[in-house]
Amino acid sequence: MTDTAAGTVHDRHGGLLRRISDTLFRHPHLLLTLLIAPPLLWLGIVYLGSLLALLAQSFFSIDEFSGMVKREFTLSTYAELLNLANVDVILRSLVMAVAVTLAAALIAFPIAYYAARYARGRWKAFFYLAVMLPLWSSYLVRVYAWKLILAKEGIITWLADKLYITWALDAILALPVIGGPSLSISYIGTFLVFLYVWLPYMILPTQAALERVPANLLEASADLGAVPRQTFWTVIFPLALPGLIAGSIFTFSLTLGDYIIPQIVGTSTYFLGQAVYTLQGTAGNIPLAAAFTVVPIVIMGIYLSIAKRMGAFDAL
Amino acid sequence: MTSAVSFQHVSRHFGPVRAVDDVVLDIAPGEFFAMLGPSGSGKTTCLRLVAGFEQPTSGHIEIFGETAEGLPPYRRNVNTVFQDYALFPHMNILDNVAYGLMVKGMPRRTRETKARDALDLVELKGFEARRPSQLSGGQRQRVALARALVNEPKVLLLDEPLGALDLKLREQMQVELKTLQRNLGITFVFVTHDQSEALSMADRVAIFNNGKIVQVGAPKDIYERPRTRFVADFVGSSNVLPPDFTQRTGGPGKWVSLRPEKITIAAGGMKPGSHAVEATVTSVHYQGAVTRVNTEAAGQAIAVSAPSSFGAVNIGDIVTLQWPADAFHAMEDEA
Repeated sequence: MTDTAAGTVHDRHGGLLRRISDTLFRHPHLLLTLLIAPPLLWLGIVYLGSLLALLAQSFFSIDEFSGMVKREFTLSTYAELLNLANVDVILRSLVMAVAVTLAAALIAFPIAYYAARYARGRWKAFFYLAVMLPLWSSYLVRVYAWKLILAKEGIITWLADKLYITWALDAILALPVIGGPSLSISYIGTFLVFLYVWLPYMILPTQAALERVPANLLEASADLGAVPRQTFWTVIFPLALPGLIAGSIFTFSLTLGDYIIPQIVGTSTYFLGQAVYTLQGTAGNIPLAAAFTVVPIVIMGIYLSIAKRMGAFDAL
Repeated sequence: MTSAVSFQHVSRHFGPVRAVDDVVLDIAPGEFFAMLGPSGSGKTTCLRLVAGFEQPTSGHIEIFGETAEGLPPYRRNVNTVFQDYALFPHMNILDNVAYGLMVKGMPRRTRETKARDALDLVELKGFEARRPSQLSGGQRQRVALARALVNEPKVLLLDEPLGALDLKLREQMQVELKTLQRNLGITFVFVTHDQSEALSMADRVAIFNNGKIVQVGAPKDIYERPRTRFVADFVGSSNVLPPDFTQRTGGPGKWVSLRPEKITIAAGGMKPGSHAVEATVTSVHYQGAVTRVNTEAAGQAIAVSAPSSFGAVNIGDIVTLQWPADAFHAMEDEA
């Protein structure tokens, strides 16, 4: 046995900082509270608070004579939302968002699958770079670049001419509703730009989900007699679905809310974001603008509850 | 008689690495066959060659007389129990077990009845609706077993299936696996790096090293008559003694193995006679019925396994080690 002088077993030295860290060690909840309080205040008060204030506006209405907001509870603004013209805007945005999301999922999945399963080292770095690089440049620059690409004097028209497929381009532009005088002044153009701009937001979560699918599950599936098609639909797809859903939340809501792309590329008809932008700006109709912002929130809510009911999040 | 699995000069190379190198092996139908070896010795690759996850670089594999070359895993009547079970996390236990029958197009009612029977077989009744994440390691292991067995495979491949279990559970599963195999009569090919597991369960064992099979035989043969130094080292806690040492003690002047339990230990110095050495005790490990005494004789470490009733020895004691004349087993000098 060795004799130990009292007080030499533990290190009891240290000043204020030491004492603070000791206190935090003894009270882990205090540390947690200190860490999450600022973001919680930000999210809870600044963000959610202003969102609620905005939503509350949708239950007011505007005085048709004075143009002032009447601060009385009414559903008349929502009734206005159901005007044929407004429903048109909502449906147009909804169809565009669905189309962009489906197309993005179709294009993103093979890319994400390749990156998750096969790309290694240098190729993986290249993948990330290729997907992320467009996000580093200005959104406006990219959209205007697309306007030039899609314009009648643009590279697509030129290429079609050189390849002697102008007839095909003309046939596409001649399509009812989605066609138009040129790609940059048609719904097809709007769709293509939306698709390009939001595609990374679909690829990345899908790739992350696929990356988490252990390779031995695919071997187990094959071992149990599943041909590759069955393995895809019964193992890979369900396990990647949360990633696809996460990606679709991005592409869907970003398309629903965007007001710049349809303004630069496309017809002069309104999408949801443009309607909100105009109503709260030049028109000064804050209640109707607020009612319009409720629409994508409700649509997303419905979409997520359907996805949940279909078991999209079971693999989480 | 047709072999259940036949390796005919099979090699599998990964670039310059010869993972499996000219393996010749026949596994009989209904046999419980263990592939034993250190990690990287090629045993798992052999298993994957049978399952169809790998294709041989050269050579030929037959399963019940039918060539397996070019056949993808889903066309082989062989099922695998994976090391970490590879259960489908998004399906419940019943769907996991019924998976193989489902992809073959069996109607829901029939396949669920069969899956329930299989779960019954591994004593997991009542777990049908749970998710794999809600099960313990041992229970998952049983699910993986049921999921493979429900397909009535010709050969069941088990890749270190007990590796993730704790000791007590592992011993229990060893007994159950063995019983199951005997009752079902299915050929089991079992890969493990645990020599006691291989020796206690298998009808025959193949010892792998550097992609080659070093020795094939019944556990008793392998334990008592290791062909090479490597086998003796790997299979048991045998003393592997070099030629010069054995020559001095009346041996054959070759590498030999000397089982610790064949050595008797006596207090005090050397008595005259061959097959005996004087040694110094370096450590003593009480293990219940037996005590393991590590000694050193002329720079050579020798372990002795003595009944615990033999009396006390202490570190530093000079003792005499003695063994019968036939206790030396000569081996090939091959690492």
